[in-house]
Amino acid sequence: MIDIGLGHYLTLGAVIFSIGVIGIFLNRKNIIVILMSIELILLAVNINLVAFSIYLGDLAGQVFTLFILTVAAAEAAIGLAIIVVYFRNSGTIRVEEIDKLKG
Amino acid sequence: MIAHAIFFYTFSIIAVVSAIMVTASKNTVHSVFFLILDFISISCLFIMIGAEFLGMIMLIVYVGAVAVLFLFVVMMLNVAQQKNQWFAGQSTSKHIPVGLIISTLIFFEIIIVIGGWKYKPEIFDINNSLANTSVSNTHSLGQILYTDYIHVFQISGMILLVAMIGAIVLTFRQRSGVKRQSYIKQISRERVESVEVLEVQSNKGVKIDD
Repeated sequence: MIDIGLGHYLTLGAVIFSIGVIGIFLNRKNIIVILMSIELILLAVNINLVAFSIYLGDLAGQVFTLFILTVAAAEAAIGLAIIVVYFRNSGTIRVEEIDKLKG
Repeated sequence: MIAHAIFFYTFSIIAVVSAIMVTASKNTVHSVFFLILDFISISCLFIMIGAEFLGMIMLIVYVGAVAVLFLFVVMMLNVAQQKNQWFAGQSTSKHIPVGLIISTLIFFEIIIVIGGWKYKPEIFDINNSLANTSVSNTHSLGQILYTDYIHVFQISGMILLVAMIGAIVLTFRQRSGVKRQSYIKQISRERVESVEVLEVQSNKGVKIDD
């Protein structure tokens, strides 16, 4: 309990990952919160990579965390641009009312 | 060791609570602020376990760029004050148990994987060279990032370029009815089409606007 090891960080990553998945499923408000949940999931992956990298003594995990950071930033920019365009065209970004694709 | 445990539990409790608040708060602006708090506490954790470069990069990239981008979009789209309840709508009541079941399943799967996994002690002992070298984390990261991973690094640069161009192309629009300076028009103006020499007869004016 007092001795913080690799398992503690992995558990923290698992908790944050699950909260992100819950956020994607349960959100009925707008798409921006779903994008934020995706950011939470990527954050949990980063926690796992950094914890393994520190505790196993291999720097490759931190390098890949950098690349995940890059991809997350690009994804947020593109996703927000798509949301802005959608809001301009249809006037709403509520999750229930986005049913143009009849999914 | 006790200080390590205290800091770990403090930051991780803050991170988990703010992650819950990201998904649960009614106001979207509050969600963005809780996301910022989450990133800050996780980067504190990173700095604490010795990945200080990634902690600082996390602060700069996430808090400084991505969260501000989210905040801009939330305020620009004027959806922050949608005060409808948390799970609004009629057909949503069946989403809640499905989502809860799936995410608890995922959580327990990950926990089982963590609990059943044993790291090999020889890996743990031999390769643990990060802690006892005199080279700092940033230095050693840079040493392998620009040599072994140079191609991946440049590909990630290309991803950022594509994302930037894509965002500009998606959100760009030409508005009609806006007075705008056109350099081509200004440069290609000829003397003939803008100046006219008139023969003005005496006692008769010249009608200009017709």
